Amino acid sequence: MLLVVLPILLPCLAAAVYALAGWRGPVRWLGALSSAGVLACGIALSLQQAPPSAPGLRADALSSFMLIVIGAVATLAMLAGPSYLAAEDDARAARRYGVLTQGFIAAMALAVLAANLGVLWVAVEATTIVTAFLVGHRRTRAAVEAAWKYVVVCSAGIALALLGVVLLHFAAAQAGVESLELDVLAAHAADLDPGVARIAVALLLLGFGTKAGLAPMHAWLPDAHSQAPAPVSALMSGVLLSVAFYAMLRVKVIADPALGPAFTRNLLLVLALLSLLVAALLLIAQRDYKRMLAYSSIEHMGLLALGAAAGGRLALTAVLLHVLGHGLGKSVLFIGSGTILHATGSSRVAAVRGLLARSPLLGGAFGLALLALLGLPPFSLFASELGIFRAGFQDGIGWAVAVALVLLLVIVAAVGRIGSRMILGSPLSAQPPDAETAAGAAEPVLAAVAAGAPQAAAQPAAEAGDRRATEASGTPEAASAEPVLVAVATPAAHSAETGAGTDAAEAAPAKASDEEPGGPAKAGASAGAEPVKVPAGVAVAMVAGLVACGLLGITAGPLQSILDNAAQVVVP
Amino acid sequence: MSDVHVQLLDLACGAFLLTGVLILWRSELAKIVTLFALQGVALAALIAVLGAHEGSAELAAVAVGIGALRAGVLPYLLRRALAASGERRETKPIVNVASSLVAAAVLALLAYAVCQPVIRLAPTPATQAVPVAMTVIFLGFFVLATRRRALSQVVGFLLIDNGITAMAFLTAGGLSPVVEIGVSLDVLLAVLVLQVLTTRMRAAFGGTDLDELRELRD
Repeated sequence: MLLVVLPILLPCLAAAVYALAGWRGPVRWLGALSSAGVLACGIALSLQQAPPSAPGLRADALSSFMLIVIGAVATLAMLAGPSYLAAEDDARAARRYGVLTQGFIAAMALAVLAANLGVLWVAVEATTIVTAFLVGHRRTRAAVEAAWKYVVVCSAGIALALLGVVLLHFAAAQAGVESLELDVLAAHAADLDPGVARIAVALLLLGFGTKAGLAPMHAWLPDAHSQAPAPVSALMSGVLLSVAFYAMLRVKVIADPALGPAFTRNLLLVLALLSLLVAALLLIAQRDYKRMLAYSSIEHMGLLALGAAAGGRLALTAVLLHVLGHGLGKSVLFIGSGTILHATGSSRVAAVRGLLARSPLLGGAFGLALLALLGLPPFSLFASELGIFRAGFQDGIGWAVAVALVLLLVIVAAVGRIGSRMILGSPLSAQPPDAETAAGAAEPVLAAVAAGAPQAAAQPAAEAGDRRATEASGTPEAASAEPVLVAVATPAAHSAETGAGTDAAEAAPAKASDEEPGGPAKAGASAGAEPVKVPAGVAVAMVAGLVACGLLGITAGPLQSILDNAAQVVVP
Repeated sequence: MSDVHVQLLDLACGAFLLTGVLILWRSELAKIVTLFALQGVALAALIAVLGAHEGSAELAAVAVGIGALRAGVLPYLLRRALAASGERRETKPIVNVASSLVAAAVLALLAYAVCQPVIRLAPTPATQAVPVAMTVIFLGFFVLATRRRALSQVVGFLLIDNGITAMAFLTAGGLSPVVEIGVSLDVLLAVLVLQVLTTRMRAAFGGTDLDELRELRD
């Protein structure tokens, strides 16, 4: 029973510690620790024979698997948190970040563990509330706009799901079942009145589909994902969408016996193909790499919906593997995008060139993760996409799979083009530091010095240095990053006295860009050639995510039985 | 249900619907908040009537709680946000008032059509009032889509929520207490979050005109 409560309790405790102690010193790594705890609980729960339960909670195979996904992605994202916030000079904002990210993880754990459809709804809506201020973390015009749209669209969308819950409750009550327990509803699904159940299921799928970022309710997603801090984007894209999708799977379990499989299948197919179409159209001319990642999330949610529409056991196994693979790959990319953003000061594709030359570690990991996301072997997304397509042909939606494959081809071409521009090639030609840009870059640094930022930044930078030194002997990636670190030298850095000044210097253009839209291109160009320093936490998270994603693709190993059991929950 | 109960129920539902439609009609933001508070009272009355019919003390307590939240706390928060903003009117709704009222009539008809399966399943006086709740939900979405002030959008969101709550009590006497409390808490927090965001929006954009939100696009 303790195992069922712990995944919710651990992040709550960590949030409490952040609220009391603030975001500083070793406490900053507590988030990663609690997330690893969630992962451990998920693994332990999946190994149990009988699903354990606690009042209001229960962990069957599907819930346990989702806990593993949440734990794995959250651990990666939280590892990247401290270095992402190192440039942050606002202690209150950092503390809020610590509290809210942990609250976010707790809400997601509650969502997948809830035994009651109503509680599941409450938990999903809670994620919206908790993440609102994370999306609006930077307080710029764009961030406030994204946060507003996010809360309004998601709350209104999820309200549809609540209406669905109410109607399903009504149908169940009329069938003599006074309960919203998922298992009870599923067991009595065949008794539900089809007329009311049809409305209820449609509303539930559309409502949770909004939160899952499926087109045509996806409008909030690119804005929120591109404005949130990188680790939060990783969490939102990597797991929040999947948790909403998990809710759709739970609804499907109830809907299929009540209405026959055709109803949910048709609805899911429409959502899936629309999502793929929207993603393909908006990726072709995408000029912002964070938005590119966001649209790629819509694409992958579309693929998940396609697999769920196919609906067989094989399809669901592939879908669940895809959930995990996408979570890992996408979090690696978002974490990397945070470092790129810090280094270049712009989220525009045009501001990034020759990433591989500037940092073999960052460029390599980012590029490999992009390849993983495009479904290339050896990564697990190759296996899971193949599984989804094969299952689609088997289960009689071959035409939809064919359409999806065409759209996927467009997406691969578009993302591949953007990715190769960012990663390959030579860095933007190093401009002589003319007076204007040098002054422009130096000014924010001096302002930051005055604000006492270096003291705050010095410690993490020193720590990062130590870690890298210890790791250099171990992994080849870290070793190749070593000379990069030594070679860091920007015109702005010279003006700062401490080595930690580079942190502030890299962050400064990012901040300046928020004030004036004309700024980032210039700042990006001036910072376009020199090597990029990758903080230790980010490096570990990116490499670990990639390795996990690659290993999963080669063999699911012991995870195979967990996947099979979880799929069995959806397709009995 | 006795005649008195049915009449009281219909009265409460009528007031619930009327306040919703009047929100479309008024453009002073302060009046809109007052109407929203009145709708909260109607909703509480509706639940109280259902509770009196069933002789359920639990429903009576829920009625008090819902009334306190929707006629007390939420309007108070909205008034505070309004006082801080200094904005008085919904200046430029995308659809003008006359057309909005016509739209409300159409939405009511649509709600009636959509709710047929619900009424057919259990034709009691309470479920026969379900189209009223559905109309209020539709009105909420309409307000959300056509009004351009931040506060109006919050009211639209709350209209949707009022409608869903009414629907829950009209169909099956409400969801379980745990869920009901969770939902109320979520709504309260969502309004608080939106209030803070409104303040930030005013700081960043100099107003809460949602047409100004044009930074992000593809």
